[in-house]
Amino acid sequence: MTQPDSPLILVVDDYQDAREMYAEYLQFSGFRVAEARNGNEAVAQAFSLRPDLILMDLSLPGMDGWEATRVLKADDRTKHIPVVALTGHALAGASEGARKAGCDSFVTKPCLPDDLVVEVRRMLDTVKKA
Amino acid sequence: MSSLQARTFTRTAGTAVSYAARLELLEHYLAHHEDIVRCAQVSLEWLARHAGVKQSACLAVDVESNMLVGIAAYGTIGDDIELFSWPLSDNYDPMIAALEAHTPVHIKSYRPNGHASHPPSLPLGRGPFTAVPLGIRGGTMTEHDEIAPGLLLLRTPALTPDINWVVAVLGQKIDQVRGRGSLAEEARKLRRERTLFFTIINAVTDPIMLTDIEGRLIVANARAEKLFAASEEESEGRRRAVELNNMLFSAALSRSAVEGSQEARELLLVDPSDGSDLLFEVLSTTVEDPREGTGVVSVLRNITDLRRATEQIEENYQKLRVAEAAVRAERDRLNLIIDSVADPIIVTDSTGATVLMNAPSEDLFTLPPGATEMAARTVQANDAHFSSFISGLLLGETGPGEIRRGEISLMNPATNEPIPVEAIAGKVLTETGELTAVVTILHDRREALERAKLYEQLKTASDELQARVQAATAELATQNELLRRQAIELEQASRLKSQFLANMSHEFRTPLNAILGYTHMLLQGVAGDLLPAVKRQLQRIDSNGRHLMTIINEILDITRIEAGKMPMQLSEFNLNELVPEVMAELDPVIARSKLTVSPMLCPDLPMVYSDRQKVKQIIVNLLSNALKFTHEGGIRITVGYDSVDRTANVSVVDTGIGISPENHEKIFEDFRQVDDSPSRPYGGTGLGLAICRRLATALGGRITLESQMGKGSTFTLTIPAEAEQ
Repeated sequence: MTQPDSPLILVVDDYQDAREMYAEYLQFSGFRVAEARNGNEAVAQAFSLRPDLILMDLSLPGMDGWEATRVLKADDRTKHIPVVALTGHALAGASEGARKAGCDSFVTKPCLPDDLVVEVRRMLDTVKKA
Repeated sequence: MSSLQARTFTRTAGTAVSYAARLELLEHYLAHHEDIVRCAQVSLEWLARHAGVKQSACLAVDVESNMLVGIAAYGTIGDDIELFSWPLSDNYDPMIAALEAHTPVHIKSYRPNGHASHPPSLPLGRGPFTAVPLGIRGGTMTEHDEIAPGLLLLRTPALTPDINWVVAVLGQKIDQVRGRGSLAEEARKLRRERTLFFTIINAVTDPIMLTDIEGRLIVANARAEKLFAASEEESEGRRRAVELNNMLFSAALSRSAVEGSQEARELLLVDPSDGSDLLFEVLSTTVEDPREGTGVVSVLRNITDLRRATEQIEENYQKLRVAEAAVRAERDRLNLIIDSVADPIIVTDSTGATVLMNAPSEDLFTLPPGATEMAARTVQANDAHFSSFISGLLLGETGPGEIRRGEISLMNPATNEPIPVEAIAGKVLTETGELTAVVTILHDRREALERAKLYEQLKTASDELQARVQAATAELATQNELLRRQAIELEQASRLKSQFLANMSHEFRTPLNAILGYTHMLLQGVAGDLLPAVKRQLQRIDSNGRHLMTIINEILDITRIEAGKMPMQLSEFNLNELVPEVMAELDPVIARSKLTVSPMLCPDLPMVYSDRQKVKQIIVNLLSNALKFTHEGGIRITVGYDSVDRTANVSVVDTGIGISPENHEKIFEDFRQVDDSPSRPYGGTGLGLAICRRLATALGGRITLESQMGKGSTFTLTIPAEAEQ
C-alpha cells in the first residue's frame, strides 16, 4: 500500500496511542511515516531523514514542540519542511505561539485521522505549488 | 494875659498894610485902653499878619519892681512870656542897654551875665534877634522917660515902616497906660491872677469853657480852644470843623437849658486836626455874675477812648463768649467721643493727676455711691497699678509722638473679676515741647486672650482631626492594599481555575482523541471489513465520544470567554451564506427529526464585518436547540437587516414546546435547562445558550427570546453590521 516514493511524514507525539494511531492511518492513507517521541528525537530524525512534512505535537517532554520547530526552521537543511502543529491546548495564544515558532499550520486535537490526512495533503499541495 | 484869649476873639480879614489896617489896631487899643498886655498881644498879631513878622515878643518896663518883664509873645516856643524878666539895673545886658540907648540893637548871640533871675533862655529862643526900643518914631525920644517903656524883640533885623509904626504907637500906648500909675498895681495883680487862672485851667486836659447863654465862647482853656477856636490863617477844614463844633455845642447847651437838666450829657464833636469823631461828656453849670451877666461853665470829658474801650470790651466779651461756646462745644464733642469709646481712656497731667476720664474708665477708677469695701480696695489697687504705669512713662525716656505700651492687671470693682489690659499711652506736648498731658487708652485683652485660647483649642481639635484623618487614610491604604492583594489573589485563583480547566480539557481530549480516532479508523475499515453488529456498536461509541467532545469543547469555550481569552477573528462575510452551511452541518439531525427547516434569506443584506466562526456557532446552537425541542411543525430561519441601527439579525423560529416567561432568563444561565432534574427528558450540557449569549455580547450584539408555552419560541441574534475591534 505504501509506495517507496510516497511523501515521508514525521509524526512527533509523546503520547504513544495518538502517535501510533496517526502513523497507522497515514500509512493506511498511503504515506511513509517516521516517528519521534520528543523534541530532541524529532530534530535528530528530521536532520537524518529529511521528511516531507512534520506533524508536531507542541506539548513534549524535554525539548518541546515550539523549541524543536524553532531549531528546525533555523537550519538551512530543514527550514523548508512544512510543520503542522498539533495541540490539545485550545486556549488563545496557543496557535499564535506556534506560528511564531515557525509552524506552517495548526490543528487542534481532538482531530479525527481522516481530518488530519486532509490537512496533510493540503499542506503538501501548498509546498508543491510553491 | 494869655495869648489864647486874644487870638480867639481876633477875627480880622488880613489885607496889605494900609491905613485901614493900622486904624484897626488903634481901635483895639481903644477897646482895651487899660490893658497893655492885650494891646501888646494885638500888636504882635497885627505885625504877624501885616508885616510878616512870624516870631516876636514884647517886653515892658515895670517901674514898681524896676524890672523889664515879658508881656506878650507871638510864634514863640517854650516858656510863657510872663515868666521872662530882667532887672533894669543890669546895665551890661544888651537889651537893657538897648532900652537906655533908644536904638535898636542887633543881638547875634545873647549870653545872660549870670544874674539869678534871668530865665534860662530868651522868649524868641536861641539865635540872633533884634531888640527894638518902643516909643521911638523916626529916632526921637519920648518926653516922659529916660529909658524906653519897653522892647520889641524880632527875628528880623530889617525894620520896615510898619514895624516902626507899631513900635511908636505901642510905646505911646504903654507910656500912656503907665502914666496912670494908680492902676498899674491893680493891673499887675489882676494879670498874675489871670495868669494863675489860665495856668490852672490850661493844666486841665479836659476842655473847660465859659460861654454865654447862646454858647459864645468867653474863656476857654487850651484844650477847648483846639476844638472851638480857629484863626483866619488856619485851614478851611479846620475852620469848618470848629464852626461845626461851636454849633453842636450851642445846640447842646440850649437843649440842656430847655430841659433844665444838670446831668452830664454826651456830645459828639469833630477833632479839627484830623476830622475824627470825639465823644465828650458835657457837664454844664450856669453861673450868675451881676456884672458880666449869666454864663455857662462847661467841662467836657473826652469819653471817646472810654466809649471805644467799652465797645472793645463789649466786643471782646462777645468774642470771648463765642470762643467759650466753641470751646465748650468742642469739649462736649470730645467728651462725647471719648465716652463713646468702649475702651477706658484717661487723660493725666504732667504730675500724673487725672484730668479727664471717660465712662468706662470711671467704672474702673471711681467708686460708685454705696460701694462695698472690697470695691474700694479694688479701685485703690487699680489706681496704684495705673499710677505706677504713668510714673514709669513720665520718668521714662519716651519721646514726643512715641507710644508706651504696657500690660496692667486690673480688676472690675463691681464683679471683682480680673481684667488684663494693655495700656497704650502717648504724651501730649506743647509747641515748646513742654509736657501738658498724657493720654492713656486701656485695651481690654480678655477678648484677645479668649480668642487665643479658642484658637489654641481649635488648633488642638484640628490637629486631632488631622491625626484621625491620617489614621483613617492609613487604614484605608491598608484596606486598599489588602483589597489589592485579594484582587491579585482572586485573579490568580481565577487564572488557576482557567488554567486548571484548560489543562483538564487537554487531559480529557488526549484520550478522547485516541478513542474517537481508533473508532473512526475501525469504521473506515483500516482493520478490515466489520460485521454489521460490530459496526453498529462502533457507531454508538463514536456518537457518545463526539457528544463528550462537544461537552468538553463547550466547557473550554466558557472558560476561554471568562478568561477573556476568546480570540476574535473579524472578517467580512455574507450572513445569508451561513444559513445553508449551518443546515448542512446539522443535516443528519434535521433528517432524523423529520421537521421542515425553511431558510428565509435577506436579498438586500450588506456584507457583515464580524467573526464568522462565532456567528455560525451561535446559529448552529440555536437551530440545534430548536430541533431538539420541536416535535411537530417546522423551523424557520430568517435573516434580516435594520438599516437604522445598522444591525443584522438571524431569527430561529420554532413551533416547539415553548418556554414560560419565568424561565426566559434562566435558560441563559450556565448549565441550565428549563428542566434540570436528573430525570429530564432532554440531553445537553445546558451550556449552549450561556455560550451563545456570551459570544453575542463579545461581538457587540445580543440574543433575545420571544416564546409562549406550547406555541413555540423565537430566538433572535442581533449583531452590529460592523463589529468593533
